[in-house]
Amino acid sequence: MSKTQNTTSALTAPSAEAPEGFLTVRDLRCHFPTDDGLVKSVDGLNFSLEKGKTLGIVGESGSGKSVTSLSIMGLHRMGTKRGAPRISGEVWLDGEELIGADPDRVRQLRGQKMAMIFQDPLTAMHPYYSVGQQIIEGYRAHHPGASKKEARTRAIEMLDRVGIPQPDKRVDGYPHEFSGGMRQRAMIAMALVNDPSLLIADEPTTALDVTVQAQILDLIRDLQKEFGSAVIIITHDLGVVAELADDILVMYGGKCIEKGPAATLFESPEHPYTWGLLGSMPRLDRELQERLIPVKGTPPSLINVPSGCAFHPRCPYADLTGGRSTSEVPVLAEASPKHHAACHIPAADRHRIFTDEIAPRL
Amino acid sequence: MTDSQTATIPAPAPASDREPLLKVTGLTKHFPITKGLFGRKTGAVRAVDGIDFTVNAGETLGVVGESGCGKSTMGRLVTRLAEPTGGTIEFEGKDITHLGVSGMRPLRRDIQMIFQDPYSSLNPRQTVGTIVGAPFKLQKVQTEHGTKRAVQDLLELCGLSPEHYNRYPHEFSGGQRQRIGIARALALKPKMIVADEPVSALDVSIQAQVVNLLDDLQKELGLTYLIIAHDLSVVRHVSDRVAVMYLGKIVEIADRDSLYKAPLHPYTTALMSAVPTPDPKRKEARERILLTGDVPSPINPPSGCRFRTRCWKAQDICASQEPPLELLKTGHQVACHFPENIGTENAAK
Amino acid sequence: MLVYFTRRLINVVAMLLVVSAVTFGIFFMVPKLTGSDPALLYVGKIADKVAIEGIRHKMGLDKSIIEQYFLFLKGLFVGRDYSTGVDVTHCSAPCFGYSFKTEQEVWPLLLDRLGVTASLAAGAAVLWLVFGTATGVVSALKRRTLLDRFTMTTALAGVSLPIYFTGMISIAIFVHQLGWFPNNYVALTTDPVAWFQNLALPWITLAFLYAATYARLTRATLLEVLGEDYIRTARAKGLGERTVIGKHAMRSTLTPILTVFGMDLGGLIGGAVLTETTYNFRGLGYEAVAAISSSDLPVIMGVTMFAGFFIILANLLVDVLYAVVDPRVRLA
Repeated sequence: MSKTQNTTSALTAPSAEAPEGFLTVRDLRCHFPTDDGLVKSVDGLNFSLEKGKTLGIVGESGSGKSVTSLSIMGLHRMGTKRGAPRISGEVWLDGEELIGADPDRVRQLRGQKMAMIFQDPLTAMHPYYSVGQQIIEGYRAHHPGASKKEARTRAIEMLDRVGIPQPDKRVDGYPHEFSGGMRQRAMIAMALVNDPSLLIADEPTTALDVTVQAQILDLIRDLQKEFGSAVIIITHDLGVVAELADDILVMYGGKCIEKGPAATLFESPEHPYTWGLLGSMPRLDRELQERLIPVKGTPPSLINVPSGCAFHPRCPYADLTGGRSTSEVPVLAEASPKHHAACHIPAADRHRIFTDEIAPRL
Repeated sequence: MTDSQTATIPAPAPASDREPLLKVTGLTKHFPITKGLFGRKTGAVRAVDGIDFTVNAGETLGVVGESGCGKSTMGRLVTRLAEPTGGTIEFEGKDITHLGVSGMRPLRRDIQMIFQDPYSSLNPRQTVGTIVGAPFKLQKVQTEHGTKRAVQDLLELCGLSPEHYNRYPHEFSGGQRQRIGIARALALKPKMIVADEPVSALDVSIQAQVVNLLDDLQKELGLTYLIIAHDLSVVRHVSDRVAVMYLGKIVEIADRDSLYKAPLHPYTTALMSAVPTPDPKRKEARERILLTGDVPSPINPPSGCRFRTRCWKAQDICASQEPPLELLKTGHQVACHFPENIGTENAAK
Repeated sequence: MLVYFTRRLINVVAMLLVVSAVTFGIFFMVPKLTGSDPALLYVGKIADKVAIEGIRHKMGLDKSIIEQYFLFLKGLFVGRDYSTGVDVTHCSAPCFGYSFKTEQEVWPLLLDRLGVTASLAAGAAVLWLVFGTATGVVSALKRRTLLDRFTMTTALAGVSLPIYFTGMISIAIFVHQLGWFPNNYVALTTDPVAWFQNLALPWITLAFLYAATYARLTRATLLEVLGEDYIRTARAKGLGERTVIGKHAMRSTLTPILTVFGMDLGGLIGGAVLTETTYNFRGLGYEAVAAISSSDLPVIMGVTMFAGFFIILANLLVDVLYAVVDPRVRLA
């Protein structure tokens, strides 16, 4: 498994120097060979993130948002049925490139410098080990000198920090004895036990109830303030990213189609797909819409991504591109400072459509 | 909506144009817990613990609540997929609470169900034609131009292509599968559809398609919906009236607008304030009520008001007396000793 | 936990009662229905009427089926007396009666045969458990390599080849041609070395069959477990592959294997008929076959009860172990 990884990384041009930012992702690609063809889960993704900031990656199922996080963590090697995935590009974490790095080095960083929380804490925790055992294990993996007792004390401290009552008792409980919210708290404690500077949260609240979701989002926000770490939050829920993220990246068909500061992106979204997402959501904070504006059709297959702009079969304005939507892959272009969108529709048309047609209906 | 008068004297009641299609009184479902050597009953999961509501013909009642509040069990009771422990369910004035399989058969035409998971609720080995046509076969219904034609019409009605007749569920996306489920439910022209989380397994852009489809079908076919969902924004969008459930009880029922504009029960308020809004600017502006802790166990619900353990307004009376679901002048029903927004509602009991 | 055990034990006793009743019913009633007479079977063909009646009375065959069954149960728990009126034979506590054929007491016979079968089963079980799971693990980790294909093909062969085939071939080669192994059962207490030498070949043959099944099961289970979310979490914590596989994945993989293992072992102790017959070892299975062919009812009854007892016991052990492995089962 590690062999393939090294060969693919050799293909990556080693030209680029270490970037200045804390986390920089350059031209990340992750393709999985399957029986039906090559699944291009992530296909040329670029972004960067500073410490203390939160990036929200938004997309529907199959947009490549989860694979992105697994690639950064070096966990992409698992989970295919047919051969190793082909991964290329660069992931720079604090001056260190990870895609081409020795897998053992990436393993050392995993759980220590970068940690991850998953969607469903029930399946993401081992059912046969107590919550404490699972946290202790993570701590001792990166603190070989720590005694069992120290690690246990640390585990209790973390459980307490994430708001689990009676942490000294709950530490010996098993995941199935915890409620959904408590389990996700324990999962967060497990991820944060080594003070990681990068935390990736993949749909951290999707499996939870709203009131519990609000608690967990608050907790993540507080912890970030306290630890000053960089956070990537991956979700399909625009509401969740609006709560947490400083910057937002919208993915469609394995590519980033729009990114920018959260306020700008919600205020004046540039891409028709982003409009579609906003229009599809019934919203509590607005007057009741007579009718939702859905995006027609279904998300693309990552094996047969539509030619040109992957969104063109669903885009109501594709004919405004003069045929380029089917022939040419749009690149991210700056729409306003720090705000980029990948769309062939002329900027003037886009702004007109948004102000005249979309904004009034949102 | 006015409950007590209409039901007790059924026949010569003055022709009310809002005769409830479904009337549920004191509905209860307890799942027994057994323990010990001889399977002695030691307690019960009080999934649904005495709820009353009505659904009028042509309207949509939305039921919201968090997991474990009993909303799904309620849906299964109403469609008689589960046997109630107590209470009554009346459909078109007929008591269907304890009807057997054969007694329910004619009613199965009138009450249909749509499920959450479009993946597991369709038999993968049957074609779409077989799945959607099954109700005709089961109920031995003859259609004018044959079953195939009827099925194709249904597919078209639900936004699928008639050519999909011979395809299998796995060839469809999640949204399309949910459409197949809806087509199946509509086959026998039901009066009421109970939909349990009809869109929560779908992607955002697809959710809106299905929500709009449900809207259109209601207008076109005059359907009555009972929609169970955890998503407050979806429920607000689809419902005429909304019931909020907490730990097996209904804590508040009102029409959509008054419920969302001025929720009376603290739980409803908290629930609504917890919904994240896709507007970063509002993040600071709005005041959020953060509930602490988890929903208590339905095995041992708190005494008095079940919400009191997480309620910031709770007083002694909340622990000792259970607040009844009271009808206010405005038609708003709430079960709380200290309701919110009472000023704005001009409540007078 | 205590309640659980009590309930399970009551369950075991109840199951054994059912097994005994059914077996009793079949073996004592069927001859009646078909017209053959157990008493006749016991004394042989030349006996005169008086002798038969005497035997019938002594064996209690003149009583009703229900009564006979209770006598049988009584024999099992407290022993029973066979009396002709003149002499009394006492058959002590676990009394399964006397073999029709050899007139020996059944219980000591069974104990003796159990030694053979248990030796055979235990050794083979160790072999197949170790090699089967190990092969499965290697195969799963190296999936879609040549090694994986080779082991899985071998495993398929192992599952498909009947034991008398592999057994006969191995006897022909290793015992007769090469003379590497002797082929006689010697009790462990008599001569441990000879015991081992004699059993090695049957162990390997028997283990081959089971190891094949276990390798396939382990491979399939481990592959499934490796796809679980919690394995991803373990990796995300930065644990080494060795810990991820050896600790997290294996613990979940072992659970289904444990279940099958318990059942297999229990079943095997009840009688590894084919292996014993092939190698000419006089174990429980061998005895069962012999008893059936000579309609030796008490022996059949005894072997059946024995087999039933071990299968039920194995089931109980599996369930208890399951609770140890999986904390979610503890409340059950």
